[in-house]
Amino acid sequence: MTHEAVNTTVQPVAESAPVVPQKPRKHAELRMTDALRRLLSNMGAPLVSFAIFLFAWSQIAEHVKVNFGSIPGPLAVWHQGVILWDEHWAERAKEAEFYKDLAKHRAEFLATHPGQTFPDIKYSGPPTYLDQICTSLETVFTGFLIGSLIAVPAGILCGLSRTIHNAFNPFIQIFKPVSPLAWLPIVMILVSALYNPPHPWFEKAFLSSAITVAMCSLWPTLINTALGVASIDKDYLNVARVLKLGWWKKTWRIVLPSALPYIFTGLRLSLGVGWMVLIAAEMLAQNPGLGKFVWDMFQNGSSDTLAQIMVAVFTIGIIGFALDRLMLLLQRLVSYDGGKI
Amino acid sequence: MAYLELKNVGKGYGVNGRRTEVLRGINLEVKNGEFVAIVGFSGAGKTTLISLIAGLIQADAGSLLLNGSEITGPGRDRGVVFQNYSLLPWLSVFENILLAVEAVNPNWPAEKKKEHVEKFIALVNLTPARDKRPAELSGGMRQRVSVARALAMDPEILLLDEPLSALDALTRATLQDEISRIWQEDKKTVVMITNDPDEGILLADRIIPLSAGPSATLGQPIEIDIPRPRDRKELNHVPRFKEIRREVIEFMLHSKGAQHAAVSKKLVLPDIQPEDLSVPRISMGARHPPVRRNEIKEENVEVGP
Repeated sequence: MTHEAVNTTVQPVAESAPVVPQKPRKHAELRMTDALRRLLSNMGAPLVSFAIFLFAWSQIAEHVKVNFGSIPGPLAVWHQGVILWDEHWAERAKEAEFYKDLAKHRAEFLATHPGQTFPDIKYSGPPTYLDQICTSLETVFTGFLIGSLIAVPAGILCGLSRTIHNAFNPFIQIFKPVSPLAWLPIVMILVSALYNPPHPWFEKAFLSSAITVAMCSLWPTLINTALGVASIDKDYLNVARVLKLGWWKKTWRIVLPSALPYIFTGLRLSLGVGWMVLIAAEMLAQNPGLGKFVWDMFQNGSSDTLAQIMVAVFTIGIIGFALDRLMLLLQRLVSYDGGKI
Repeated sequence: MAYLELKNVGKGYGVNGRRTEVLRGINLEVKNGEFVAIVGFSGAGKTTLISLIAGLIQADAGSLLLNGSEITGPGRDRGVVFQNYSLLPWLSVFENILLAVEAVNPNWPAEKKKEHVEKFIALVNLTPARDKRPAELSGGMRQRVSVARALAMDPEILLLDEPLSALDALTRATLQDEISRIWQEDKKTVVMITNDPDEGILLADRIIPLSAGPSATLGQPIEIDIPRPRDRKELNHVPRFKEIRREVIEFMLHSKGAQHAAVSKKLVLPDIQPEDLSVPRISMGARHPPVRRNEIKEENVEVGP
């Protein structure tokens, strides 16, 4: 009887046995389609949306007229980008030519006028688009550095002490929303009044722009650092107390590493704000970067103006995105939670 | 003379009026080299007691003396093993312990510090995990790092705050044996807080029950005169073990019985909108909805003594 019972239970299994080897294949297929779907959504979706964007743009460009022709379409902008790129290398070639000639002249001059000095002449061609990008990057990093050097220590102090936080807080709240366009005139006046060394390291426009970037970008870092320090796990502070670590050691070994993820989130935000502010600051301060480029193109009002400004818009956007990724990478390298925030 | 002495210590939290007294009239004497276990319910104020001895918080009443002098703050003479390990997640096992060694012996040469740290990593059998971060370790391993860190400070007294309560039974048993072994090797003074009477009886020289809070206080200490080494399997058949255990549990349950047992729990109900159809409509589609249970949010269930 029991034997039969066993048999009957075994029977269906034996019948369904041919199904079993199919199972893994089904799994594999599922996994394949799953991966394919993920790939499509990760890569395909942005590609499709980008294509739609380009199409819509070209359609609008064809139909909207402005007082000097039509809005440039994607192709015209791309073309303008290539021109700016080529101009850069043409300018570089001209510069090399100039220095080659200069060296020849110098040799001739020194041969005919021994004992005299040949004047030191620098090439004075206009800055190209790539030069302007470099200037912008230098400016934003200088400003960001100044801002961070103020914001991180101030944030740590605010986070450690309720009293200091209360003292700082009104200033943070009042100055945080101030536009770079309001800071810039003040900064420019102060810079031209106070910064007059005989051999200046920096241009005044550069310094004004950088300081304005610093003034506007330090707030996210300050607030995030203060938050990160204030929300440190009490257990970690207890460890510091049991070990009787000194103030410096406690701050350096325990408070700072624990707040690092927050600090980096703040730095990322700050760099983003700084990059956004920079363009406006450069326009007004006439710092030879991307902002000035946009302003100059706007002023000269040729038929290429819009296309050139659009090249600048994409450049600004792509560089901003790259800067953000750079900060994320840095955060992953240095903070213990691997940049989860 | 007692090495650690608590006289009539009391501690409460909160402001006047809404103040809860956690500990009241705590008297405790620990001799040098003694292993004392304090057993109590969760929430009875055990962690408060260990924090007081560690100097992390100050007592409201009474005095705490260590080696004859008042405890005013934390000190390197007391190594603490925290309930939740308190390892720094950005440092490896080695660096976590090194931080403690550096704090206690700043003038040692680097080589000596390194050797010292490695000695204690080996003591808790963690040499293979030397360079791992706490996040890569299991709960039991983390707790061992925590123990090693406290021991590496070479404190005169070791304070263990429910060191094993977060661990599964097997890991717990292994670590109990390890703590027992380490203690028998260097005979430090140990105060261990636990919620498990068996653990206390297995490890300690003396076990003291803590009554249920609020206003918890220590009961009569019970000397554990069971010879060492104690084997956890054989221990179950030792009549004296059963006797001590019954005594401890009876004290704790009796103190709990004197309390009014109450449970308050949060109500989480599906957030649907029921409608009372018997109530007449006021206007189009609007009825007074009945009060839902999850709007009350909290429910109190009380059990009389």
